[in-house]
Amino acid sequence: MAETMAPATAPHGAPHGADGSGETRRDFLKLTTGAFAAVGVGVVVWPFIHSMNPARDVLALSSTEVDLAPIAAGQAVTVMWRGKPVFVRNRPPEEVQAARATPLSELKDPQPDQARVQRDQWLVVLGVCTHLGCVPLGQKSSDPKGDYNGWFCPCHGSHYDTSGRIRRGPAPLNLAVPEYTFTSPTQIRIG
Amino acid sequence: MAIGLHDSTFTNPVIRWIDQRMPVFTMMQKEYGTFPTPRNFNYFWNFGALAMVTLMIMIATGIFLAMNYTPHTAYAFDSVERIMRDVNYGWLIRYVHMNGASMFFIVVYIHIWRGLYYGSYKAPRELLWILGVVIFLLMMATAFMGYVLPWGQMSFWGATVITNLFSAFPIVGEHIVTWLWGGFSVDNPTLNRFFSLHYLMPFVIAGVVFLHVAALHITGSNNPLGIDPKGPQDTLPFHPYYTVKDSVGLVVYFIVFAALVFFAPNYLGHPDNYIPANPLVTPAHIVPEWYFLPFYAILRAVPDKLGGVLLMFGSIAVLFILPWLDTSPVRSMRFRPIAKWALFAWLIAFFALMWAGGKPAEQPYVLISQIATAYYFAYFLIILPLLGRLERPLSLPESIALPVLRGGGPLPAGAVAKPMEKA
Ligand code: HEM
Ligand code: FES
Repeated sequence: MAETMAPATAPHGAPHGADGSGETRRDFLKLTTGAFAAVGVGVVVWPFIHSMNPARDVLALSSTEVDLAPIAAGQAVTVMWRGKPVFVRNRPPEEVQAARATPLSELKDPQPDQARVQRDQWLVVLGVCTHLGCVPLGQKSSDPKGDYNGWFCPCHGSHYDTSGRIRRGPAPLNLAVPEYTFTSPTQIRIG
Repeated sequence: MAIGLHDSTFTNPVIRWIDQRMPVFTMMQKEYGTFPTPRNFNYFWNFGALAMVTLMIMIATGIFLAMNYTPHTAYAFDSVERIMRDVNYGWLIRYVHMNGASMFFIVVYIHIWRGLYYGSYKAPRELLWILGVVIFLLMMATAFMGYVLPWGQMSFWGATVITNLFSAFPIVGEHIVTWLWGGFSVDNPTLNRFFSLHYLMPFVIAGVVFLHVAALHITGSNNPLGIDPKGPQDTLPFHPYYTVKDSVGLVVYFIVFAALVFFAPNYLGHPDNYIPANPLVTPAHIVPEWYFLPFYAILRAVPDKLGGVLLMFGSIAVLFILPWLDTSPVRSMRFRPIAKWALFAWLIAFFALMWAGGKPAEQPYVLISQIATAYYFAYFLIILPLLGRLERPLSLPESIALPVLRGGGPLPAGAVAKPMEKA
């Protein structure tokens, strides 16, 4: 087939502005069309992006009840909350003591123990290492508990104390304390 | 191809650097920029581009649906309901996908009609047409398997009936059906493989569409007059003339699409598919999706099991050989006074089949289906081959540009196609 009658650029060539200035009606049309198209694409893209955020049923499942009665002093349980482990530990007085005796100046992420618990005996923390997300050891009595008698993350060697605070190793922050409430003296709801 | 850097005409240094090493920009410029396109397209020529856009919409919404869909008989239905109720904008994504399938068939049926009316299937575009029929078959397979996934009553019984079509074949039939099912009924293995294939096929379609467009860009487009462009005065560069014309069509198309999605999302569907699949109870009246109805009617028009199946497959197979059945050298029906009406009658037969396919298999619907089926085939197998010899076509215009520039009036004797001045 022969070539076309005009080069593709021809329609853009001649300015259509009556006064012959640089801005033309065509520029205006192009810009407004482009702007509308961009807004339209944005409006269409958002539902797709948002569909990947937690769905309503996922959000509805985001709280977990824990019965504290069966947990003896010195024991801990791991419960699942939002797909992640939560450590609930019944701390004997000496563990609380050890945590409170530590001067804040020794801490990498300074936080007093009192600020991390609602009732002295019960420590509730996310069992997710703040380095890269492994689950630290220390829940079972046979587990290594690290140099500070709390938890030890085997992945890259982070040591946490009896308040779940980072003491040594690459993790930058203390084990996070999730939102929870005592619904009775022996029952908490996480989330 | 010469070895060495491509001689790029682009001036932007980044584009030029890439283009010299991999001339995709040159290619786009050639195929979608300056591509010489007949100057007389009407809006029927929008529908290829609309189909392309719809394919992309289907792939995008499908990928996001798959993120929340579970291909297991115990969870599939609930996972779809969860998409509708719990997933953010899940209802929108699903309704776009669901109605997108219908829009896809509407668009492709119009696209095929354009080909039939303007003779786009004729030489030199036979292969382009055949690739189109291949796409159509792949689309039907994809839509069928997609409809099974929500695992409602229509999904289940549709799957059962359609897979059982293959049992009509003697000896091997039963084995084929067991193989398709991966068991002794439509069940979890069937659902799993249908999901896998339903995800795969659109990408296969995309591949065949690429070949379809590659073939188109060798022959160039047909046009409403059905005559070849004779020179630059008969064509326009694709961009901006047809990018703009396609955009206008696209905007109208999106309005229709959105109206369906937002105001009547279940209009084209069947309420029974909101009942979970039950292998023990068949719904009283089972019908396929509307776009399969004409073929379903052909199936039911024949009182013989194998005959019905063969005729149904035949109704599509006949499209493959259409370029050789139509013996007339004139492409556009505008210049075929008899064939034109024969084709309109064919369209009526097609709609009659679509209508009868949705009715129960009783009289008078069966008789209507039989008459329409007979005409459907007669058009391709008898009327077109004969008309090519018997019909006297109207005289063709001398060029595309002349009737356009003269408002289509009769040509003065001895007029020659004069190159147009630059616009
Ligand atoms: C996924 C489905 C399809 C897509 C994306 C698609 C895409 C396209 C595009 C972009 C064009 C050029 C624009 C136009 O002429 O409208 C085209 C032309 C064409 N298509 Fe398709 N197509 C599809 C299905 C089909 C089917 C099912 C058939 C026939 C059975 C078909 C037959 C043709 C023919 C004959 C042409 C050339 C038309 C002409 O030049 O007049 N296509 N297609
Ligand atoms: S993830 Fe725990 S130390 Fe790296």
